[in-house]
Amino acid sequence: MIEVANLTKRYGDLSAVRDVSFTAPTGQILGFLGPNGAGKTTTMRIITGFLPATSGTVRVEGFDVFQQSTEVRRRIGYLPENPPLYNDMAVAPYLRFVARLKGVARRDVEPALERVLETCGLTGVRDRLTGHLSKGFRQRVGLAQALIHDPPVLVLDEPTIGLDPAQIRDIRSLIKTLGGKRTVVLSTHILPEVAQVCDKVVIISNGRIVVEDALENLTRGRSLEEVFLDAISKDLGDGARAPAAADVEA
Amino acid sequence: MRNVVAIAGRELRSYFGSPVAYVLLAAYLALAGYFFYALLIAFNQTLQIYQMMRNPEMLQRFNLNQMVIAPLLHNMSVLLIFIVPAVTMRMFPEEKRAGTYELLLTSPVRIGEIVFGKFLGGLVLVLLMVGLSGFFGALLRIYGNPEVPMMLSGYLGLGLMAVVFLAVGTLIASFTDNVVVAYVGTLFALLVLYTVGWLGETIQGPLGGFVRYASITEHFAEMTKGIIDTKDLVYFATLLFLALFLTHRSVESVRWR
Repeated sequence: MIEVANLTKRYGDLSAVRDVSFTAPTGQILGFLGPNGAGKTTTMRIITGFLPATSGTVRVEGFDVFQQSTEVRRRIGYLPENPPLYNDMAVAPYLRFVARLKGVARRDVEPALERVLETCGLTGVRDRLTGHLSKGFRQRVGLAQALIHDPPVLVLDEPTIGLDPAQIRDIRSLIKTLGGKRTVVLSTHILPEVAQVCDKVVIISNGRIVVEDALENLTRGRSLEEVFLDAISKDLGDGARAPAAADVEA
Repeated sequence: MRNVVAIAGRELRSYFGSPVAYVLLAAYLALAGYFFYALLIAFNQTLQIYQMMRNPEMLQRFNLNQMVIAPLLHNMSVLLIFIVPAVTMRMFPEEKRAGTYELLLTSPVRIGEIVFGKFLGGLVLVLLMVGLSGFFGALLRIYGNPEVPMMLSGYLGLGLMAVVFLAVGTLIASFTDNVVVAYVGTLFALLVLYTVGWLGETIQGPLGGFVRYASITEHFAEMTKGIIDTKDLVYFATLLFLALFLTHRSVESVRWR
């Protein structure tokens, strides 16, 4: 469960996120949509406690991100936009290191390692240096480090970016299996991904939430693409409509 | 503590899993060995000259500690000014570049544990470096008769200096995401720390006294003479804690912005 209330983040005069509120209930996969630069990454960094907010509150599993930061960080698995890999480390030692950082008990480290290697399809590359892996494998190692401590909340920043179609399919089906008992927030600007994977959709544009609803309500009689373009063009004004549409079709 | 060990272990792995540690150790020891050799040759020649002059009084005044060990320690301390920044320059900039900084800061790890873990990793490498240079002292002990306590005190001074340099480097590396800036910034700070005493000689009054106290060379020189004074130990400890404390604040400041 993630509750975001009136979240604002300013960098000097620039507002990256303005008065954003939404909730991601337990067991749901929430698709966090928006054009590039809309404030998705900033919002996720605040939820994970990497960045402080200018104002507003975030609660994860009932814990306040600013007051009880350590409790929150224990419960979140986070895949940043670029997988946080040490290129000079092999996959298995890297994941062991992350497990220790995340507070996995010593005797549980090896079982946890085997579990994520298995779920993320990394068994074959466990002794390879992460710096020598292809983009798809790096992304999977990134996902494995987010899962290693079996967190109840997952925050994934564009998990399928830069992957080929087969890898995208694999990662998506993996993410789908992660729902159920976990709360997953997934940011993307690939619309079919949301349609396939998510239960709920939040669209952010220019730092503001423009849509928050269940996927099935939104797509009743309309495609998600129409919903998305409609929402962001309202926000940006008519001038931005044409290039935005061209962008998505391309 | 467990987190500190994990982070220090990863630091060490990146030093020793790449050529970095070996290149730094080799460069330091090769240059120190050259200095040692040159000093020893000079010592020998002076000794022979005075023997020929049959001047036992002058012969008495010459000893290994003053002629070889103390200058060698001073030369090695100059080497550390150039080597230690290379140890610390990657600590934070590389994490920031690779995005692993986000991993560290979103893990349930205290900032103090991150800072101390990184410092500890560098400490192992730097103390190994100073420890291995103890080889030259051991050689003198085997083939000559230096005053061992004085020598040990000098090496202790060198070790303390290396620790302080490392802490300063850790601090400066935490400011930036660029390794060149981290290296040059640390080099600059260490050179200032090393040479600020020169200024002290020309300044009168309490300010001059303070500048002389601030210079690391003054305190180090005392120790190469075999004098271990609380005043000097306090100086090293103060700098160490100050640098680590400021590093903590610097890393923490990400959370204020």
